[in-house]
Amino acid sequence: MHEQHTSEGGLLFDFILSFPFLLAILFYIGAGLVSNRSPHLQTWPAWRYVFWTIGVLCAGVAVIGPLADQARIDFRAHMMGHLLLGMLAPLLLVLAAPMTLLLRTLPVSAAKKISLFLRSYYVRLISHPITASILNIGGLWVLYTTDLYHIMHNSLWIHVLVHLHVFLAGYLFTMALIYIDPVAHRYSYLYRAIVFIIALAGHGILSKYLYASPPEGVSQNQAEAGSMLMYYGGDAIDAVLIFILCLQWYKAAQPNKRLAASQ
Amino acid sequence: MGAKSLHSNRNHAKKSNLWSGVLFGIGLAAFIDETIFHQLLRWHHFYDQSTTDIGLISDGLFHAFSWFATIGGLFLFADLKRRNGLSLKRWWGGVLLGAGSFQLYDGIIQHKLMRLHQIRYVENVIVYDLVWNISAVLMIAAGLFLLKRTKKKGAPSHA
Repeated sequence: MHEQHTSEGGLLFDFILSFPFLLAILFYIGAGLVSNRSPHLQTWPAWRYVFWTIGVLCAGVAVIGPLADQARIDFRAHMMGHLLLGMLAPLLLVLAAPMTLLLRTLPVSAAKKISLFLRSYYVRLISHPITASILNIGGLWVLYTTDLYHIMHNSLWIHVLVHLHVFLAGYLFTMALIYIDPVAHRYSYLYRAIVFIIALAGHGILSKYLYASPPEGVSQNQAEAGSMLMYYGGDAIDAVLIFILCLQWYKAAQPNKRLAASQ
Repeated sequence: MGAKSLHSNRNHAKKSNLWSGVLFGIGLAAFIDETIFHQLLRWHHFYDQSTTDIGLISDGLFHAFSWFATIGGLFLFADLKRRNGLSLKRWWGGVLLGAGSFQLYDGIIQHKLMRLHQIRYVENVIVYDLVWNISAVLMIAAGLFLLKRTKKKGAPSHA
């Protein structure tokens, strides 16, 4: 399937694929503008539009266009795409607080239904820090240490599913660790910090493991460069996550303001 | 504020100074290890074929922990400052203890027992090992010395 990807059919495919990404940006901006009209709401901050747009573009670049094409044959490009799709895009999107925006834009009855869903057992289960970490980091272990990576390149549907999973699990992981949008069940900072350190270790160990044992079809050279990109790129984005988590913790632990803090 | 809570506050500040220092020290040692020995000098290797599985896991956990500790330790430092509870001497004692302990663990357990990687890939690596581990012990000793000296004085020396 990927041989014909650069042809006109590939372009059409890319065009169709870029639709959801464009819609995501348009809907977000539209929701912001519409909800701004409400007299009792504050203006939706401009920087959140910026984060959302860049976040969607990061995810888009990872699955559409030259980087995505190169990723099919080059492990380094694959890893770059993975960093964008599974780590940077989720971080930027979480910081854009889409659920808060949605809840303030929708009519009360619809917003109530959504908040009911957010408090459901299912959402609480998958957004638990440990579940989210297993889905995210465990998913990567499955992808790179089994035949899945090889199989993915021969099946369009598995390719799409794997990338969808990488993105969603990355988003879930980020939102389970730093609370920007409303969260039904909050876990303490210490709890999240410990889970985060173990997840981060799982990511680092996998990176080094890949250095020595590349997935099937990946050359030693590419595996070495790709795994180092995964290791250091992951560290860079995780540093931002750690910083935000610690900043929230620091603010919540402010003397005299204990009551206002969540934990 | 009663005398009792003042006392517990002081104890809290003493503990916090120590922990903030230890965490930042571990983070600092790991950060220097990464920037100087891995990146700038390129003595350490990213991966060594002789690495044991347990070495890989230990390295991963310590790397993640120290990455968190670097940032978290600085926030704890800021927290001490905002509470006027900072004792720089005690904090430095913690930093030296944390950095020294990490370096000793890295030098003995990770480099030698788990064969993660060597300090430098040369014939007389023993010289490097000695300098590495002796400097680690010296840091621990200096850290303990500072901590002992600041233990008796209840109140922070720098308010």
